[in-house]
Amino acid sequence: MAKQVQVIEDVTVRFAGDSGDGMQLTGSQFTDTTASLGTDVGTLPDFPAEIRAPAGSLAGVSGFQIHFSSNDIQTPGDSPDVLVAMNPAALKVNLKDLKPNATIIINTNSFDLKNLKLANYDVSPLEDGSLSGFNVVPVELTKLTVTALEGLSLSPKEKDKCKNFFALGLMYWLYNRPIEKTLQWLESKFKKKPEILEANQRALKSGFYYGETTEIFTTRYDVKPAKLPKGVYRNVSGNEAVALGFVAASLRAGIPLFLGSYPITPASEILQELSKYKDFGVVTFQAEDEIAGIASAIGAAFAGSLALTTTSGPGLSLKTEAIGLAVITELPIAIVNVQRGGPSTGLPTKTEQADLLQAMYGRHGEAPVVVMAAKSPVDCFYASVEAAKIAVEFMTPVILLTDGYLAFGSEPMKIPAFDELPKFNFEFRKNPEGFYPYLRNENLVRPWAIPGTPGLEHRIGGLEKKDVYGNISYEPENHEIMINNRKAKIEKVQTVVPDAEVEGDKSGELLILSWGSTYGAIKEGIRKAAAEGYKASHLHLRYIHPFPKNLGDVLKNFKKILIPEMNKGQMATIIRSTFLMDAIQFNKVKGQPFKVAEIENKIYEVLGGKNGK
Amino acid sequence: MENKIDQLATGVKYTAKDFSSDIDVKWCPGCGDYSILAQVQRTSPDFGEKKENIVWVSGIGCSSRFPYYMSTYGFHGIHGRAAAIATGVRLANKNLQVWVATGDGDMLSIGGNHFIHACRKNVDLKILLFNNRIYGLTKGQYSPTSEKGKVTKSSPYGTVDWPFNAIKLADGAGATFIARTMDRDPKHMQEMLTRASKHKGLAFIEVYQNCPIFNDGAYFHLTEKETKPENVIVLEHNKPLVFGANKDKGIKLDGINPVVIDLNDGKHSINDCWVHDEFDDNPTRGFILARLSDLPGFPTPVGVFRQYNKPTYDGDYMKQIEHVQSQKGVGTYERLMFSTTTWEVN
Repeated sequence: MAKQVQVIEDVTVRFAGDSGDGMQLTGSQFTDTTASLGTDVGTLPDFPAEIRAPAGSLAGVSGFQIHFSSNDIQTPGDSPDVLVAMNPAALKVNLKDLKPNATIIINTNSFDLKNLKLANYDVSPLEDGSLSGFNVVPVELTKLTVTALEGLSLSPKEKDKCKNFFALGLMYWLYNRPIEKTLQWLESKFKKKPEILEANQRALKSGFYYGETTEIFTTRYDVKPAKLPKGVYRNVSGNEAVALGFVAASLRAGIPLFLGSYPITPASEILQELSKYKDFGVVTFQAEDEIAGIASAIGAAFAGSLALTTTSGPGLSLKTEAIGLAVITELPIAIVNVQRGGPSTGLPTKTEQADLLQAMYGRHGEAPVVVMAAKSPVDCFYASVEAAKIAVEFMTPVILLTDGYLAFGSEPMKIPAFDELPKFNFEFRKNPEGFYPYLRNENLVRPWAIPGTPGLEHRIGGLEKKDVYGNISYEPENHEIMINNRKAKIEKVQTVVPDAEVEGDKSGELLILSWGSTYGAIKEGIRKAAAEGYKASHLHLRYIHPFPKNLGDVLKNFKKILIPEMNKGQMATIIRSTFLMDAIQFNKVKGQPFKVAEIENKIYEVLGGKNGK
Repeated sequence: MENKIDQLATGVKYTAKDFSSDIDVKWCPGCGDYSILAQVQRTSPDFGEKKENIVWVSGIGCSSRFPYYMSTYGFHGIHGRAAAIATGVRLANKNLQVWVATGDGDMLSIGGNHFIHACRKNVDLKILLFNNRIYGLTKGQYSPTSEKGKVTKSSPYGTVDWPFNAIKLADGAGATFIARTMDRDPKHMQEMLTRASKHKGLAFIEVYQNCPIFNDGAYFHLTEKETKPENVIVLEHNKPLVFGANKDKGIKLDGINPVVIDLNDGKHSINDCWVHDEFDDNPTRGFILARLSDLPGFPTPVGVFRQYNKPTYDGDYMKQIEHVQSQKGVGTYERLMFSTTTWEVN
């Protein structure tokens, strides 16, 4: 008998297990299937820096959270409604995050003495009543999987490895999702390993049918498609979107893309992704170090490529001297910094926004650059196109800040038509007549004259340049002129930066000013507070240097400016010094993004407390 | 070699003057760099490349001012990074002939990592190392090629460092054309430059260069008429290793040990001498030759130690791109964005 299907609007599921349990794969399969049904999706993986911490240990727990909804959503969800816990460690690490009454699907086969001990449980939580506030669903995941795979000539270990697909099948059943997409994916993935293919497909189906036939669930759920704008969609993670954005920019600009990069978490996927696009003529130079990554990009920019380097905090530190070289030679390069927890090696796989001041000021000398930040995985695409455009149109380095949360998070993207992307207005200098390397146009931009062009042979470099002519000059007056020119040029970028637009009332008691990946949580937090009758307006900045030209005026329309940041107040510092106004800081540096509820509660607090209404 | 334009065929005939920029050269009077600049300008017309396709890249130091004095495209980088910048230039445009002017501090100390990796990858670059065994621009500290025990401003009691042997380093790291020449031997330098310009792959030329201010005479025993014949051996392909004012000394290989022999002692003849094979696949002999300059009693070799052909990084990279494009066709925006799971929202 088919079970009752209950339609719900919104659910957050977290898969958690050992880092060898395939949780990231399970999560991304669930995401792809769910997104392709038209449901809005936000995801967040959470995994340890160690590739394989000791099996079963707390340090080795890897998680993947999916928020899916029939509404337009902005975050991967605060607290899971459902946790799939593959072992005791996964339960222990994730329990504190769950909603009250959350459902916990537990692989009971892994709750043996050894694993309980590894998770620091003296008594099994299944037996001591500590889970009484939750809806615990014990499933013998391992045993059921192995039984389902009887007759296949795989080792017990190989069979055990299929249990994540059993869990996935069960979740597909529970949330009324079809298994076909994953079956097809397995087929393409294991084309050459028929036994493994058969095993995983069987595990997936068994999980699905287990939900159907057993009595453990009385209800299954359905989340209907969201009302999203018409169009063709795909799923993108932030890192993927950066890669796609720069290839698209290269197509739009009509010049080849060059990436000089050195692998670093959490930015490496951009390098990996771009290395696939040989058919687009993309050159990915995996350099010997971070410095060579940017130095090669500067060389490629000099020679006429759309030049990019990608990194994370420690790498940005190493690139600072070379960024100064790009500033003084006035060459177009984009620097994507996928921020992670710092300082030093810090928290490599966790998110933070603490490189803002480094991006703004972290160079010796007066070395202004354009600084931008992406707000969502999808926005990583558009921000990358913009960063590339500004770089070549203004002959300047552009630092684009994303972070680990955006890099690994994913959401559906409506694929834009090619001609919806902005045009790139630049040209290589060809005419030798009247050519001087530092003769500027009306935007103070010098010509891009690339080697191979007859008659334009010239020399540039890191020594101060003579205004217009570009020869070395140590003249005091000239140095000041050049510093002023470089600064004024970056300020000219303001002419292409859209005005700051407030979401909500244009004036009032409270404006939340944000930048980067906090956008989603803040937007949802404001919506929730508004539902309770607490009004806050929202201004999210994509362009940080230069700011939109109306920013100061917009800020003056509010009594209070609240700036939530995953750092100790870096944007607040800039706002204070730029506009001589105060801002209320709201800082979180735990390697985790803001939760919607944290923003919501902060709004109540700033507006006088929930009882102060 | 479709992109190599024969200047004679196109009717262009450059002279040395065509490669001289309008900037005053500001090296100290008597600096060995003047000779290197003169020889490069003199031989540039023979590099087989149009002027606009030649790029000089440098790092920091006296030597690194070099690009400003050439009238080709030039890029004066930051300390140590010349090889990495040059690699980017080369990868961005395969039609460019990319030269690097650098010094012992720039390339072997702060830029050591970029140097060995450019060699390892066999990037098609021509690297000219101005080796004066001292930091000149910072006014006289010891460099990674300063001889052990050297008294300098930063080593008042003498260095305790062992120096790099640049030839050994370049060959060990994978450079495919490895040569040495001297600032005071213009003809020889011209030959090395022209030959490097024809090499496909990483060509490395170490130039012994005198710094008249901070390390004057470091190479005089090798460059001056009185002492040169006894202290220098010129490597020539297929020729026996013979040196001395009267060409009366030779080098013989005894197993893997080089031995200086007297060709007039009645016991040895020219037939005992080691015959130089610069195309030797096996690096062993090249390495033994490279060591000679460090061994007391042996002459210092100049010339091509070794050259061999190996696919270049940039060449293979472009081949890979062409191959993928021939298999998949040149990428389009539609393919970029839609080659994954997509769904339609109506």
